[in-house]
Amino acid sequence: MSTQDLTEVEGKLLLKLAGDIDLAHCAPIRKQLLGAVAQGKDLLIDLDEVTYIDSSGVASLIEAMQVANKNGTALRLFAASTQVMRVFELARLDQVFPMHADLDAALAATPAAVEG
Amino acid sequence: MSRDTDLPPGNLLLELDFAAEVGRLKIVRSSVKSIALAVGFEEDAAMDIVLAVDEAVTNIIRHGYGEEHRGDILLRALQHDDGLAIELHDKAPTADPEKVKPRALEDIKPGKLGTHLIRTIMDRTELLPGPDGTGNLLKLFKKLEKPR
Repeated sequence: MSTQDLTEVEGKLLLKLAGDIDLAHCAPIRKQLLGAVAQGKDLLIDLDEVTYIDSSGVASLIEAMQVANKNGTALRLFAASTQVMRVFELARLDQVFPMHADLDAALAATPAAVEG
Repeated sequence: MSRDTDLPPGNLLLELDFAAEVGRLKIVRSSVKSIALAVGFEEDAAMDIVLAVDEAVTNIIRHGYGEEHRGDILLRALQHDDGLAIELHDKAPTADPEKVKPRALEDIKPGKLGTHLIRTIMDRTELLPGPDGTGNLLKLFKKLEKPR
């Protein structure tokens, strides 16, 4: 089971993901990720309640990151568990995705006005 | 002949025959984790093996059977003196090993990450035609670094 929840904090979108993000559950998450980045705002993604992620889930995040890069907006991940971090490390994507300990750290790293 | 094929038969720990459907992934992960821990892998290493097998099963569902075919996957876990072997036998159309190569990681894009993860995690991987002349047999092996 996986869920997602989109809110707004300090003018940035906050997407909370939860559950197992595998091939069985990545389609609705991919849709929400792409819908969120399409709004043209910085996007902070809370991974605290993500219990598992595989390449299907990572691929959706890569797609969203590519759209964010194209739009000149930020996409930041925070509160990833050791196991989720491990997947990004194995995929050698830990240097591609800005990872932060918590929401405050992600907000602090995302300036109010992002230069294009 | 590859080193993998030269392994002795091994002690069969688990045989799981399941429909190649995404709804079965969680059961597969749970089963493989239990086996890996029982064989003596630490939690982190066990979760790496779980990820590799999950990626392999996902590939079979998505690219092996695809949307046009339906079928089962037979998972066998075998204990060897020096580690754990996982075999996945499907009845999907025969795969071309050249087409299941991982992509260059410098090329950041969605897709083909699964094959990279499998090869990074497992010590040996081998894709063979099915032993009964149908489908494919994927053999994975992970060495147990700390003997029990």
